[in-house]
Amino acid sequence: MSLICYVEHSNGKLSKTAFSTISAALQMKAVQGYPKVIACLIGSDGVASAAEIVSEYGVDEVVTVSDSSLQNYLAANYAAALKEIVEKFGAKGVVGLSSAQGKDFFPRLAKLLGGVQASDCLQVLPGGEFKRPMFAGNIVATVRLTSEIKVITVRATAFEPALKVSSKASVTSHSISFTPDTKAEFIAYESSKSERPELTEAEVIVSGGRALKSAESFQSVLSPLADLLNAAIGASRAAVDSGYAPNDWQVGQTGKVVAPKLYIAVGISGAIQHLAGMKDSKVIVAINKDPEAPMMEMADYSLVGDLFKIVPELVEAIKAVKSS
Amino acid sequence: MHKILVPIKRVPDYATKIKIAPDSKSIQTDGIKWIINPFDEIAVEEALRIKETFVGKQEIEIIVLSIGPEALGEQIRSALAMGADRGILVSSDGLIDSSVAALVISEFVGKESPMLVIMGKQAIDSDSSQTGQLVAGQLDLPQATFASKVTVSDTWDKATVVREVDGGLETIGVSLPAVITTDLRLNEPRYPSLPNIVKAKKKPLDIIPISSLSVDATPGLEIVSLELPAAKKAGIRVQSVAELVEKLNKDAKVI
Repeated sequence: MSLICYVEHSNGKLSKTAFSTISAALQMKAVQGYPKVIACLIGSDGVASAAEIVSEYGVDEVVTVSDSSLQNYLAANYAAALKEIVEKFGAKGVVGLSSAQGKDFFPRLAKLLGGVQASDCLQVLPGGEFKRPMFAGNIVATVRLTSEIKVITVRATAFEPALKVSSKASVTSHSISFTPDTKAEFIAYESSKSERPELTEAEVIVSGGRALKSAESFQSVLSPLADLLNAAIGASRAAVDSGYAPNDWQVGQTGKVVAPKLYIAVGISGAIQHLAGMKDSKVIVAINKDPEAPMMEMADYSLVGDLFKIVPELVEAIKAVKSS
Repeated sequence: MHKILVPIKRVPDYATKIKIAPDSKSIQTDGIKWIINPFDEIAVEEALRIKETFVGKQEIEIIVLSIGPEALGEQIRSALAMGADRGILVSSDGLIDSSVAALVISEFVGKESPMLVIMGKQAIDSDSSQTGQLVAGQLDLPQATFASKVTVSDTWDKATVVREVDGGLETIGVSLPAVITTDLRLNEPRYPSLPNIVKAKKKPLDIIPISSLSVDATPGLEIVSLELPAAKKAGIRVQSVAELVEKLNKDAKVI
């Protein structure tokens, strides 16, 4: 009857979102009657050290599956590895993150387990029910999974990261017994990482739209503000499509879903699909020349005008406040 | 000849204001403008581009499959007008969720033996992002989701796919047959030309009742209720940068 919590890591590095997954699992234990949460980490490099950290965050047990064939992520192998853990522990639920990785292999895992998946859950309810968004977040559905084994992915921003507890769970390692899949092979990974905080981790996001006019001005206008606020930089789909910003900066229904303390939307009109990715931000600021733009309606604070004048002024004004 | 199967879903146009039906479990369908799920349209386009790459070298048939009420023949015809070769409409008046769709698609993969199944990475109505992966899992096929570039080898034994993942781009190779799901930036779908719209009317479109298939059409995910998200309180229009900074500093306390 245990619940397996799949904890994502990158060569042993755990991001804030990993602790949100743990938090969701602990809620499922509290609200839905799973007697035990078993955290599971899969990979090769860094798995053991990440598992030690995870063991201090309130889970009942930690298991690792470490194998050289799991060093590079591939859906079929990760699904097979996690399936073995679910079956070994007789678990009735698996929870993971609605990240690029979780979205990729959790449905495959659900199929292998003969289970059904609820994606991108926002809230855990009694009776095995969950709330999840549909129609770009314009509808919230309460859903129930009809299968015996329940597979869940959660939206990280909807769960406060789990906190460290005084006790420590046991950590055990398991080897795989399946033959690694040969029908898919990892070829290359090209990182677009910058020195800035990750979009999904940042407390402040400065986000730009097509009104920034070029890749150069996107950088030259937004960077000073982002630097000052230690912010991540996001972008609307229009800005990404125009080549002003890389793909994985896109915030929206089909990009990253974020909920920082402060979201500053610069020259973003606010298409439905963009709003879906940021509307849960605590404080939203919109700067736009069009007072009627949907983003201006959605914002907590909106300022009408020319972003090329306003943003540099804003940088100076914030500097003044910070130094006073 | 190689086949490419492109499952498509009909969804309400993204600009539609969605209203909840009186049963609180479904949406009001009156007055909705239906479109091909935008990601599936990208999938149709990608299949066409692959076919065009192999003109004179390899004959390719593109089959469009959809599941739902017979009215979605319109969306299948649109895909045929873009250039797909034939359509299959699995008719059903029931709710089709990812689980049911994956079973139906898997059955047709068995019947048609396509080398590629290309479909959208998610439908913009249910936003589940599951169906392609479920099909791959069901049939033990390799999967390449969130594709932003697809290259099929000359010998049709392998596809190289660039995927949009967290923090960058990943390239993987998959042996064929395989399931690929499309991300936004894979391509820009074409508009059908008038002659092609006329031609599409003559292309074969089989209508097959779901009851004639050997699939369990019970949805896996039960919808208990639908609600609108909590409304956000109205914001403040500030008149100057100074006022904005003061509000952010003193009221919101975020800087």
